[in-house]
Amino acid sequence: MRNQVENEQPPHTESPAQLEQYYRDMVFIRHFEEKCNVAYRQGKIGGYMHTYIGMEALAVGWLYSIRKGEDYVITAYRDHAHALLLGTDPVAAMAELMGRKGGTAGGKGGSMHLFDPEKGFYGGWGIVGGHIPLGAGLAFASKYRGQDRVTLNFLGDGAANQGVLFETLNMASLWELPCIFIIENNEFAMGTRLEYHAADTHLWKRGEPFGIKSERIDGMDALDMRENAQRIVDWVRENQKPYLVEVMCYRFSGHGAADNDRQLYRTKEEELENMKRDPIKRLEAVLIERNILNAERLEAIDAELIEQVEKIYEAADAQPFPDVSEVYDNIYTDMTPDKGH
Amino acid sequence: MLSELREINHSTMASTLEMTFREALHKSMIEEMDKNADIFLMGEDIGRYEGTFKVTRGLFPKYGHRRVIDTPITEAGFAGIATGAAMAGLRPIVEFMTMSFSILALDQIINHTAKIHYMSNGVVKCPIVFRGPGGAAKQLSAQHSHSMEGWYAHVPGLKVVCPATPEDAYGMLKTALADENPVVFYENPGLYAIKGTVPDDPNFSVPFGKAQIIKPGKDISLVGYSRMTHVNLAAAELLAKDGIDAEVVDVRSLVPLDTETIYASVRKTHRAIVVYEDWRSGGFGAEIAARIGEDCFDHLDAPVGRVGGLNVPMPYARVLELECIPDENDVVAAVRKLG
Repeated sequence: MRNQVENEQPPHTESPAQLEQYYRDMVFIRHFEEKCNVAYRQGKIGGYMHTYIGMEALAVGWLYSIRKGEDYVITAYRDHAHALLLGTDPVAAMAELMGRKGGTAGGKGGSMHLFDPEKGFYGGWGIVGGHIPLGAGLAFASKYRGQDRVTLNFLGDGAANQGVLFETLNMASLWELPCIFIIENNEFAMGTRLEYHAADTHLWKRGEPFGIKSERIDGMDALDMRENAQRIVDWVRENQKPYLVEVMCYRFSGHGAADNDRQLYRTKEEELENMKRDPIKRLEAVLIERNILNAERLEAIDAELIEQVEKIYEAADAQPFPDVSEVYDNIYTDMTPDKGH
Repeated sequence: MLSELREINHSTMASTLEMTFREALHKSMIEEMDKNADIFLMGEDIGRYEGTFKVTRGLFPKYGHRRVIDTPITEAGFAGIATGAAMAGLRPIVEFMTMSFSILALDQIINHTAKIHYMSNGVVKCPIVFRGPGGAAKQLSAQHSHSMEGWYAHVPGLKVVCPATPEDAYGMLKTALADENPVVFYENPGLYAIKGTVPDDPNFSVPFGKAQIIKPGKDISLVGYSRMTHVNLAAAELLAKDGIDAEVVDVRSLVPLDTETIYASVRKTHRAIVVYEDWRSGGFGAEIAARIGEDCFDHLDAPVGRVGGLNVPMPYARVLELECIPDENDVVAAVRKLG
């Protein structure tokens, strides 16, 4: 692959405590998302909702590689994991999904629109590819101010075909914006397989015409992801230039909670084959092999996190819905539009 | 008629300067950029080329490429980048070469810029100004003559202002640059060369949401904004010859809209005609007319009249173009029709 940074894998140097933390984070996201699916089926969550099940290693690898709260992070609508890993209160996140007053956006955003700028998280966006220039704008701001922040700009493989990506890549390179375009390639634009939506399925090449350092890496192994992410984040921070990374992954769940028949676009055999790459199972194997945690301990962690997610859900579900009088709040900072039907 | 634009001087300040609408915008931007290092300009050919309508002349040499940024011709991309920068606390001024080109950026402006504050329940602010020429210039035909202000005024989350005079251009741009919300700042290209007085006071500003009675009258209210305010003044002069004393209301700001000043005028004159350059069907003038009808019904002696642009893609031939754009004769005819 041209333009790829030399990819000699250094030995994994994380401490046992760090490895356990990655594991806990991934299992927590998995259970949080599974609970979301249950809540959706029960009618507790509405609208569109997209879970990160199967892709946990990707977000963990990247979000442990930045300065949390200082660097900027933006993504599309599959956004729960990013917010949670940046430190957004999980009860407020779940409450937002349930449309409650105490949600991150007071019930005005929902699953696709989590925001937490204090943690560096700028959404949470629903138009495929639409947020890509916004992310470059965050990077523009840090460059304008002479800061050495890095922006992680996550997008999906479907968004890699949107015109605004190419416009943004051109300007990001032209103006040397410290923005990492991370294509989470889970192989499907909703229900349309990569081969049917991209003339060239090597999406990492999208950065090449603009002179942007670009590469494809695997996103199903948390430790590899973590190392590659750190290498790229460090390079961008140091060089203050953009970077494009295609991260290969696979979502085990449907596109969204309303995607009830995955067999329309992929076979069960294919899913089972990909589930052998389950990032949680892979990290479990490492933890056992290195005698960091045994099977019993892993099970205990799993049970503990299931319990934690249940408590989060219960706390969120105990919250009231927004008062209808709040409907006009925060359309503007200082006024309301013409009122009434 | 573009050549017959009226000079409107409503400043009460002792010390004033005479300048064009274009110079007023230019002066306003320079004064605010000097005060606030977070303000920067972004747009097509605004730097080295000095802007298509020369509003940004001299800014590139003064501030350099860091703060006066020539963009590629990618409206959606740079509108989005500027929006992201505003989310991070900067104060971008995005110039569209014409508002007709902002159509390429509608997804960014409507789906993103306008929604950030609400979708985040007030956690993220987006202080950004989109400005540029909107409406018909001269023989630019169908793709370069759009009046987009009504499209933007339709969207909750955006403020939309349409000044008619150099003083308002100067003062309202200052207000826009202090606002914490996205502002669409509309400049009719027919206004750039008009002259007027501007207060010699760098702290002067004109608040949003304040309509103004440009010419008092007792018989009928002519309600308009931007260049149509000048058309209404010309119509008022013609009407005066027939003994009709028209009041001219300059709306100035569509969102927020100062309905009180408009209603007070209508309650006085008992007749109203709303004049707008945009296509007659579904334009913002229709909204103003509907509100007058709803809220001033008991005070009206006649239905609210409307004069809008013809519902036609703007044609090239000057004679056809002029037929599409409302002028004072159209307004006078509408007044007569009202009876």
